[in-house]
Amino acid sequence: MPTRDELEIVALSLKVAFWGVAVSLPVAVAAAFVLARKRFPGKTLFDAAVHLPLVLPPVVVGFGLLALFGRHGPLGRVLEPLGIVFAFRWTGAALAAAIMGFPLMVRAIRLAIDTVDTRLESAARTLGARRTRVFFTVTLPLAWPGLVTGALLAFARALGEFGATITFVSNIPGETQTLPLAIYTFTQVPGAEAPALRLSILSVLLSLGALALSEGLARRRGIARDA
Amino acid sequence: MLEVDVAIERGRFAIEARFASDAPIVALFGRSGAGKSSLVEAIAGLVRPRGGRIAVAGRTLFDSARAIDLPPEERRVGYVFQDALLFPHMAVRANLAYGERLTPARERFVDARRVVSLLGLERLLERLPATLSGGERQRVAIGRALMASPRVLLMDEPLASLDAPRKAQILQYVELLRDELRLPIVYVSHAIEEVTRLADHLVVMAEGRVVAQGPVAEVLGREEMVPFAGRFEAGAVFDTRVASHDEAFGLTRLAFPGGELVVANVDALVGEPVRARIRARDVALALEAPPRASFQNVLAAVVHSVGRDFGAIVDVTVALPGGERLVARVTRESVVRLGIAPGVEVFALVKAIAIDRRSVGFA
Repeated sequence: MPTRDELEIVALSLKVAFWGVAVSLPVAVAAAFVLARKRFPGKTLFDAAVHLPLVLPPVVVGFGLLALFGRHGPLGRVLEPLGIVFAFRWTGAALAAAIMGFPLMVRAIRLAIDTVDTRLESAARTLGARRTRVFFTVTLPLAWPGLVTGALLAFARALGEFGATITFVSNIPGETQTLPLAIYTFTQVPGAEAPALRLSILSVLLSLGALALSEGLARRRGIARDA
Repeated sequence: MLEVDVAIERGRFAIEARFASDAPIVALFGRSGAGKSSLVEAIAGLVRPRGGRIAVAGRTLFDSARAIDLPPEERRVGYVFQDALLFPHMAVRANLAYGERLTPARERFVDARRVVSLLGLERLLERLPATLSGGERQRVAIGRALMASPRVLLMDEPLASLDAPRKAQILQYVELLRDELRLPIVYVSHAIEEVTRLADHLVVMAEGRVVAQGPVAEVLGREEMVPFAGRFEAGAVFDTRVASHDEAFGLTRLAFPGGELVVANVDALVGEPVRARIRARDVALALEAPPRASFQNVLAAVVHSVGRDFGAIVDVTVALPGGERLVARVTRESVVRLGIAPGVEVFALVKAIAIDRRSVGFA
């Protein structure tokens, strides 16, 4: 059975990953919709910016976050009086996880929105629905499997996030030390292979659980649609 | 009243159309690619015309001169798409309710239960669109459009993807709607038999232009319509009334201003209007009435014009005493042999008559 310390590490990882996904999901849906359906100057640039975390070394992203959201960074200074602090907090780990998972989420959702027949949206409008209603009653429900896939990919990415997190918020037990960081820490200590292995197994179980959950969610809606 | 006067650009294809009608059913007729669908999309607000004006029932939906361009959701047009386009993630009941919920209560004039029973949807309500047959889907699509209480119903080739029995069934429903709900309908089709059965006002389109328009019988009788109606189906349309039934022989006499047609028993009461279509290939010409022949209908007529020939075949238009036109398809050799020319008196021998419609709209 996992020890109390191990459970705390798992709980922290889940919290970081959950909030990272929860907060970035609406933004990702908006970005995916814009990329799938809108044409505007600078779209290529926007597309590239969304995908940047996918191609940049995570350490670079972490460093960028530190520069922007650190105590003395331009955004960190503005947000601190509002009570929003990212530096060396679990919220920073969630932010790093959100940024790193963002491109995966956008890609999956965009693909799903691409498959929604725009003429169904036209039909909804002739029936009296405004654009936002069409989006929430037609586009989004039909893109649901893509949403689930995107959220799962980002969640898994968040559970595994290492480079950006350790660079941005360091490796503070109980605050920013998520599973990968804890495993890394144990591997740096001579003779601590056993705890590292135990945490690794937990990590595998967690990922499998998330996968099963998302399969179930996607299937429930998928069957209703294709039957 | 439906008024359309627009110019639309779709890529390199330009559409210019102008028509106005207060007929119960206006048919847009033409081959695929003639611009019919673009035109109804413009009426629905799904395509923005380059310029012009669109008004339905006295309400301006689009007017480039006055900078009016209502979004589709404010136009109150019911659009029935060729492939139904039901929402796949909603049961039939939710599909039907989609537009109804969005219609302000004071604008609703269509009763949900009435639509369900009119279209025979009672047993489909809990089903998902993917489990419906093509005809069922199309009925639900019509119901969904109706439940939003539209001011006009646009039907874009609603039968194109259906087999013959389903087509006949949906056509009956369309006639029911016209007669029961008194809702003006714009019906897009490339099938002459649908158009002659349903339409009151016919707008013929080709290559983005309106090439003919007017009452169906009059327009289809025009000689220049032959290429549009298709060589096989080309012919004349007669709006008649049932004059009498001959029970013994199972025949019905149909009266029109210039005479009478005898057809096999038509299931209609005496006095009821019936639309009959006589295809050019079912009409022969003779200089004298044949004394002993099986033809039921031998009509005295005067040759109006001799059409351009398709090789050995010529379409000859003749005028009946009442002014109606009839087209006869004969060989060029017969035209020469019988000396057929404008002004010559002939007899039109009618071999078959198609009955396209047993009721006429509310206008």
